[in-house]
Amino acid sequence: MSEINLSDAKITNAGQPVVLRLAGITKRFGPLLANDHIDLDLHRGEILALLGENGAGKTTLMNILFGHYVADEGQVLVAPKQGGDLGSLERGSPGAALAAGIGMVHQHFTLAENLSGMENILLGTEPIFRLVRRTGPARRKVEALIADSGLAVDLDIQVSRLMVGEKQRVEILKALYRDARVLVMDEPTAVLTPQESEGLFKTVRALAARGLAVVFISHKLGEVLAVSDRIAVLRGGRKVGEIFTRDADRRVIAEMMVGRDLPASRRTPRDPGAVLLDLDSVAVTGQGTRNSLAAATLSIREGEIVGIAGVSGNGQAALAALVAGLVAPASGTLRLFGEAITRPSPNAFARAGIARIPEDRHHDGVVGAMTVAENIAIEELRGPDFQRHGFLRFAAIRARAEVAIRDYDVRCQGPDAPARLLSGGNIQKLILARVLDRKPRLVLANQPTRGLDVGAQTEVHRRLLAARDGGAGIVLISEDLDELLTLSDRVAVMAGGRLSEARPTETLNRGTLGMMMAGHDEERAA
Amino acid sequence: MEILDILLTANFWEAAIRIASPLIFGVLGALICERAGVLNLGIEGIFTAGAMAGWMAVWLGVDLWTGVLVAALTGAAFGFLHAMLTVPLGLSQHVSGIGVTLLASSLSYFIYRTALPNVSTPPRIEPFRPFEIPFLSDLPFIGSALFSQTAFTYLAFILVAVVAYVLYKTPLGLALRAVGDNPDSVDAQGLSVYGLRIGAVVAGSALMAMGGAFLTMSAFDAFFFGMVNGRGWICIALTVFASWRPGKALAGALLFGAFDAFQVRLQTQVGAFLPSQVFLMLPYFFAIVALVLVARKADYPRALLVPWFKGAR
Repeated sequence: MSEINLSDAKITNAGQPVVLRLAGITKRFGPLLANDHIDLDLHRGEILALLGENGAGKTTLMNILFGHYVADEGQVLVAPKQGGDLGSLERGSPGAALAAGIGMVHQHFTLAENLSGMENILLGTEPIFRLVRRTGPARRKVEALIADSGLAVDLDIQVSRLMVGEKQRVEILKALYRDARVLVMDEPTAVLTPQESEGLFKTVRALAARGLAVVFISHKLGEVLAVSDRIAVLRGGRKVGEIFTRDADRRVIAEMMVGRDLPASRRTPRDPGAVLLDLDSVAVTGQGTRNSLAAATLSIREGEIVGIAGVSGNGQAALAALVAGLVAPASGTLRLFGEAITRPSPNAFARAGIARIPEDRHHDGVVGAMTVAENIAIEELRGPDFQRHGFLRFAAIRARAEVAIRDYDVRCQGPDAPARLLSGGNIQKLILARVLDRKPRLVLANQPTRGLDVGAQTEVHRRLLAARDGGAGIVLISEDLDELLTLSDRVAVMAGGRLSEARPTETLNRGTLGMMMAGHDEERAA
Repeated sequence: MEILDILLTANFWEAAIRIASPLIFGVLGALICERAGVLNLGIEGIFTAGAMAGWMAVWLGVDLWTGVLVAALTGAAFGFLHAMLTVPLGLSQHVSGIGVTLLASSLSYFIYRTALPNVSTPPRIEPFRPFEIPFLSDLPFIGSALFSQTAFTYLAFILVAVVAYVLYKTPLGLALRAVGDNPDSVDAQGLSVYGLRIGAVVAGSALMAMGGAFLTMSAFDAFFFGMVNGRGWICIALTVFASWRPGKALAGALLFGAFDAFQVRLQTQVGAFLPSQVFLMLPYFFAIVALVLVARKADYPRALLVPWFKGAR
């Protein structure tokens, strides 16, 4: 490492001083070089987007900054609170980072769910052996912060009872309460609905306008372009580019991120075939809107993708459970491959040729403690390919896994690596390999690209379109309007447990889809 | 209804509270450990060690309260062992806990036997005597049931309030509850997960040992083999029954004490018809019934049994 010039307070175009500097940060995890000599400056009042695919080293870099990890090389430098030259930050100490005014909102929230929001904010801010908690002044301060920032949240109910968006607000308040000057947000929109994301962007912009420096980690190009001032792109642990957002466009950054040209997914016209799944006024009664469906009518034919648009939690879970054979219709008829089904079973559905790409891929898609090979074989263990006389054929399972890993480009340490070590994108590729390789007749894809980076997203789209062209019918449940309009032959809208008629995509655009979603909302309000 | 008359005697309630006292210490101790995310199955052995250490200290000539302190420190030492194995090293809490139980009880018996190789009847000490609280002990019924106990029992009740206060009203309690739910929350706020967990296990184990000391220094006046007799395990069950809350822990311990006192009296009334073992079984039987009713919706500390490593991916 070369000597670092501490007095070099660089000034940006905006004329704002540097509050944080990462100098030559390098971090290895075993053979993996997660961060490779990364230099980065952050200025007061700017929103810097840290962009990169999953596994590019974004989260590692920020965990070093916040003291969760210790860098193998390099330094984190911060401007002292009272001004002056940059000084180096104690390594490996979240406490030191907090004291220096660095706050972090992790992708997986670091909240104690059994405490209230207020208690989470106060945690660690008081001397630990004090006999009483003086919450009066603290509460006034938090309330003032809420009034200023618009981060409205009920401070006194248990965090476990808050919505995801509210939990995130508590996380931001935690940082602001400690007078953060730098706020790092690790994929903050991954868990939010589009509406909640909009609200978050507004808040972040307002906070930046008041001098807060924000690092916004993301792999979603659209939101990065919308919210940031400057973009730094990481790829394979290196910083591959830095650009002012006003000079950037989607294609340029996408290429920087992926390192190659991305082919656009395109649907070729195709005549659909026989009806595979037919719902006739099927209702599902479950707990809450999320799990209920009111008299839905829908049919899926061979060789078509039917998109289900709508904000998550409006009955998509009920529809997905219905297609997967997990629940029986309360009324109406469900016909699968021409046969009326009254007592569905997930096992029978799977064997009949229904493939499922579950919404929560980490929880429902893989068994984290089992290996990649086992996870690929898991739905066919009873079949003749993978067992003989009740004993597993490990050689066959491994061989299959090796082929799948190669064909689907699942990046992992091999067939024997535990599935939990895979990134979200690679877990999804594993699931695709598992379900699509069997040539299913009907595919249920529930939020198949949520949280995935552009590269993985493109791959999922390509695979789904290939399955469609191969004659499979696909139910695509998604919140991403662009994805729906690109992939679907027809789109229906889900709102408040009601499913609209599925209309040909050619007759729709973002605006009309939005209207359909809004129209349902008005109906419900009336 | 002679059986129900049992419940109306002050003597019965006096016994129930006496039986409950060591359990109160034990449940509070287990509760503190588990609130921090560490199951401490060393409890049974730590009870034995506390019983032996406290008694032996007094037998060797120190005063009673110093004996209690010796017991607490003994418990703290075994707690520290358990904490080091399970917190920074992250070993299985079950295995480590059972190991501590085996080690602590065997070591206690070993030391006892080595110190007193040739006694047929265990030597006695002068234990805590009932302390009648002025005025309150003159109250009818509850006076003799509640306010004529030993100082050690009063300490148990005071500690319930102290633990509840610390847990719910101090920054330390806040951090303790947080670390048992999500250690990352504590780490991200700059506090030490290891420090909190080790501290909780050490403090909780000290309380457990005091529960053991109660047996030899207040309930009885001597140490003998097998005297803890599963009380530690009962405390682990009562902790679940109490949903990890000090107030409910007190209620659970009293309930168990009442059953135990009840079965002893029942034996004298209807003992002629049934073998005594049936009565002895009753408190445990009802403990299981109570657990079945309560524990199904038990709200376990989310991070209980889950080791946490700094900087782990």
